[in-house]
Amino acid sequence: MTEHHQHHIKLPEGSIEKQTTTLNVGPTHPATHGVFQNIMELDGEQIISTEQTVGYIHRAFEKLAERRPLYQITTLTDRLNYCSSPINNMGWHLTCEKLLGVQTPKRVDYLRIIIMELSRISDHLICNSIMGVDTGAYTGFMYIMQYRELIYEIYEEICGSRLTTNIGRIGGFERNFTNTAFEKLEKFLKEYPAALRELENLFTRNRIFMERTKGTGPISAARALNYGFTGPNLRAAGVDYDVRVHSPYSSYEDFDFKVPVGTTGDSYDRFLVRNEEMWQSLSIINQAYQKVQEFKGAEAEVFHADVPAYYLPKKEDVYTKMEALIWHFKIVMGEVDMPKGEVYHSVEGGNGELGFYLISDGGRTPFRLHFRRPSFIYYQAYPEMVVGGMLSDAIVVMSSLNLIAGELDA
Amino acid sequence: MALTQEHIQLRLTEKFGDLVSNFESPYGMLSFEAAKDQNLKVLQFLYDEADLDFQFLTDLTAVNYPDKPGRELAVVYHLHNLKENVRIRLTVYTDIATPDIFTASKLFSSANWMERETYDFFGINFVGHENLKRILNVDEMDYFPLRKEYPLEDQTRIDKDDQMFGRG
Repeated sequence: MTEHHQHHIKLPEGSIEKQTTTLNVGPTHPATHGVFQNIMELDGEQIISTEQTVGYIHRAFEKLAERRPLYQITTLTDRLNYCSSPINNMGWHLTCEKLLGVQTPKRVDYLRIIIMELSRISDHLICNSIMGVDTGAYTGFMYIMQYRELIYEIYEEICGSRLTTNIGRIGGFERNFTNTAFEKLEKFLKEYPAALRELENLFTRNRIFMERTKGTGPISAARALNYGFTGPNLRAAGVDYDVRVHSPYSSYEDFDFKVPVGTTGDSYDRFLVRNEEMWQSLSIINQAYQKVQEFKGAEAEVFHADVPAYYLPKKEDVYTKMEALIWHFKIVMGEVDMPKGEVYHSVEGGNGELGFYLISDGGRTPFRLHFRRPSFIYYQAYPEMVVGGMLSDAIVVMSSLNLIAGELDA
Repeated sequence: MALTQEHIQLRLTEKFGDLVSNFESPYGMLSFEAAKDQNLKVLQFLYDEADLDFQFLTDLTAVNYPDKPGRELAVVYHLHNLKENVRIRLTVYTDIATPDIFTASKLFSSANWMERETYDFFGINFVGHENLKRILNVDEMDYFPLRKEYPLEDQTRIDKDDQMFGRG
């Protein structure tokens, strides 16, 4: 064997020690999964400080909403957390219903819960499988996408669109769920558990995954609360706050489900909490579907509340009857004045408490509408979670927080 | 003992007297108003007192009321007592000429960005905030776009007939 000669680069003393590198992660970067920026100061691979810049896709939704009647705002909410648009849509409709004092029938509540829990699953499965991508396991992500497709097909059957759904109406749904919709739901409920089990097996006890995620980006329960964390990220830190349990809406009180919590608030706990929440969501959907099937006769046909001033008339009537056409126009253009009032309503979105603060001065559009966007609020904690750690861990922390650019910027 | 709205109101009026007012309960949420320079004291009191325990800041935003002279801007805090599961809403009014409000970012880390957002859109000057700069809009912007004086569309446009669009 020949002797191996190693060549050392001779650098002058003091030229590399204590030097730091500035690294821009984002605004467009494969690791951010959205348009936002991190300016990181690195010492080798260690993060010394980081500053986030957001606002690259700010679309002035709150200003736009001041000129839009209620139904035209639903499409804005689609574009907040676009991984779970139906929750945003229904959160908005529930806010309007609270302002208008609309009582929804039980069947509507249960149908809504089916849709909201489906979108929670689609939200969480993206987040968890993307964590896999960022730790080097692409397969799980590609595989599980087929099952998100099944969810999107259900949306399609109900409202005609897939990603930005604009699903539902004030008081219920635009039409009853078709048999095909229920068949697709059954197919999903039958096939998804096995796939989720496989995804879980791929990661949960996977040595590489555990080493990459355990202990990275931890946050204590006290800090998480002070930072306004909600949703899976807060629960991973050990606080069992869930809007569905604390302020039940849409008859969540009729359902039996657990709120999974973690202990250390690290990336691994966030993964586990989201994973368990998907199982809980499946259980809720099963319960809701069962309850929906129990409605018989005329009750089984109910898919909206009786609010003629806000619920759009049937499409076939709009095309054939003058009165329906007039009402359709009046509702869409906001010719019906809202009652005066100040309402705050929140739902458990994919990322936590999604709140709508609506002030109405009795006009056709909101006087002021503010969205409480969970991503925007908890992203502040990011430096505290990653400083002192490795750059590669910071990337995983970012994906485990499930930051959605649309929700950051509104 | 469950935390009632009457109890919160009683404790606040005991401590702050006339500086807290307009107690209402629209849609079941206790809402009240505090004097402009008292916002931080009220927040701290609600945070510290063991029987009140409002330690979670759900939301912080502002509203512009151009028709209320001297009270054009309102900063609105939504607080949550997670143990008792009670929400309250605190509003602090300020005039638009000197929109100085004490920052809550020392008390709640979550207030940091929410105050920056509120500054960005309404120009509320959060006194004591460490990094009060724009967050969603471009740094060069020299106005506060969510104030009502800025209409949504460019009013000088002549290619759109307002009457045709039902906006006359």
